[in-house]
Amino acid sequence: MKKSSMILELRKKLDQKKVSAVELTQDYLATIKKKNSELNSFISVEEEFALKQAKHADMMIADGDANILTGIPYTLKDLFCVKGVETTAGSNILKGYIPPYTATAVERLNGAVMLGKTNTDEFAMGASTETSCFGPTKNPYDLSRVAGGSSGGPVAAVATDMAVFALGTDTGGSIRQPAAFSGVAGLRVTYGRVSRYGAIAMASSLDTVGPIAKTVEDLAIILEQIAGIDVLDGTTLDKPVEEYTKALGKLKKNITIGIPKEYFELEGLDIGVQQKVENVIAELKKQGIKFKEISLPHTKYAVPAYYIITPSEVSSNMARYDGIKFGYRAENASELMEVYKQSRSAGFGDEVKRRIMLGTYALSAGYYDAYYLKAMKVRTLIRNDFTTAFKDVDLIITPTTPTTAFKIGENMDDPIKMYLADIYTAPASLAGIPGLAIPCGEVDNLPVSVQILGPQWSESSVLQLGKVIEEL
Amino acid sequence: MELSKAEVKKIADLARIALTAEEVDKYSKELSTILEFVDQLNELNTDGIEPTSQVTGLVNVWRKDEVNHENTREEMLKSAIETAEDHLKVQGVFNVNEDEEK
Repeated sequence: MKKSSMILELRKKLDQKKVSAVELTQDYLATIKKKNSELNSFISVEEEFALKQAKHADMMIADGDANILTGIPYTLKDLFCVKGVETTAGSNILKGYIPPYTATAVERLNGAVMLGKTNTDEFAMGASTETSCFGPTKNPYDLSRVAGGSSGGPVAAVATDMAVFALGTDTGGSIRQPAAFSGVAGLRVTYGRVSRYGAIAMASSLDTVGPIAKTVEDLAIILEQIAGIDVLDGTTLDKPVEEYTKALGKLKKNITIGIPKEYFELEGLDIGVQQKVENVIAELKKQGIKFKEISLPHTKYAVPAYYIITPSEVSSNMARYDGIKFGYRAENASELMEVYKQSRSAGFGDEVKRRIMLGTYALSAGYYDAYYLKAMKVRTLIRNDFTTAFKDVDLIITPTTPTTAFKIGENMDDPIKMYLADIYTAPASLAGIPGLAIPCGEVDNLPVSVQILGPQWSESSVLQLGKVIEEL
Repeated sequence: MELSKAEVKKIADLARIALTAEEVDKYSKELSTILEFVDQLNELNTDGIEPTSQVTGLVNVWRKDEVNHENTREEMLKSAIETAEDHLKVQGVFNVNEDEEK
């Protein structure tokens, strides 16, 4: 079944003056008003800000200066700084923070209309948005379940047409896992492909910025806009940005796709999810694509390595929230040390504190070698698994998550169970390779998703295969 | 790996987080469970394996250290919680009462 781009469809309507950017924005604001209260997707709706951008977009269109995204309504995970717009990261410690600058990825969407900021686990630390100080975002398919996380607000908004697309962040799976749970497409890019300047940091050796939308073509359009080197983010590379949209539809038929046995042999893999992913593989085989079983032997060590590396980097990144430069300050502290301690104690939620303390411990003298250094060495083994596999195969297919969306509250008392929600997404994060989550059917009326992994900088091929899969 | 309450208190102190007695108890249990979980990394022999801290091979990225005026002092101070005469204002570093006694 052909899946056409929502962005291109709206682009045509806007350019042919069948609808104005202001009217389109008003439509989306009305949808938000209707649907948001039961889903809790938006943290803030910026009506005035959006209409101002829409008016400007209409002027650009009238003058013939429109680009591909001019006038298209979208949302940002509330982790992206926008000058003059409150940015909370889902945390009490940042409530009321108005950034004096705008994130590079957001600048590059120039012309598009930002409707408001959507929900995230606190500082993106979580897999369900339940750690957000604004409460969980509900799953659009079943309100008793989580939308996934940490980009749960953005995926719920895109799934229910409260926004055409969204920008999210993916550290250990925070775009792919919620995209899977809420039935939309989401791309984690190669580390360094998109600037993180202005996206609030969680774990800097893993954080990436990427698009969320309903179709692969829309992801490609957005990626083309936001990718590329940025002097304000020293981890971005001076590599040419490919024409991802033009590459779609041109998947080489002689490619070989790897099926990693460790992912399919996992004890917790739901049988319904497995069947849906195997159906995709069977359909692709019919089209003449070759498959090969491969082994990624260190897969089970990805989550434990991730939960040393990430908290370590978290403990460092969170040090800036000191109750002085921005955000929240405890009222009754009488001296500086008390300001730090009381502000951080009251401002941070449980999961953030858990990670800060774990990281502080893992980095402390006497434990550094046993935990942090060990985890960084295991990270090398996980990278090597992929390097070896990609000598034999061009791309890899896996389920995005082992199960469909879980119930709200189900994993909240068990941090490890929550961490294991990232079991299929964390390995690619540690290797810095791209990963695409694509819906591939439903089990018990809940969405199932297939994940496509490729070598670093293979976004074009990953999106090409994604396009074939979404049209099966 | 079991984390004692004393260790949790010490870590919280280093991380500048105030904990109640109940929280010390809770985190001592939770952090111990997580450390037990990550202990499975010790099943792997990593002798002679280089650690990975960067995945794309970039080494040092330099730019000129030049003053720009994209952010004004006024704008930056707007985010601050308390200011006085164009500066950030903070509580005293030493106990206020001691100061008063002097």
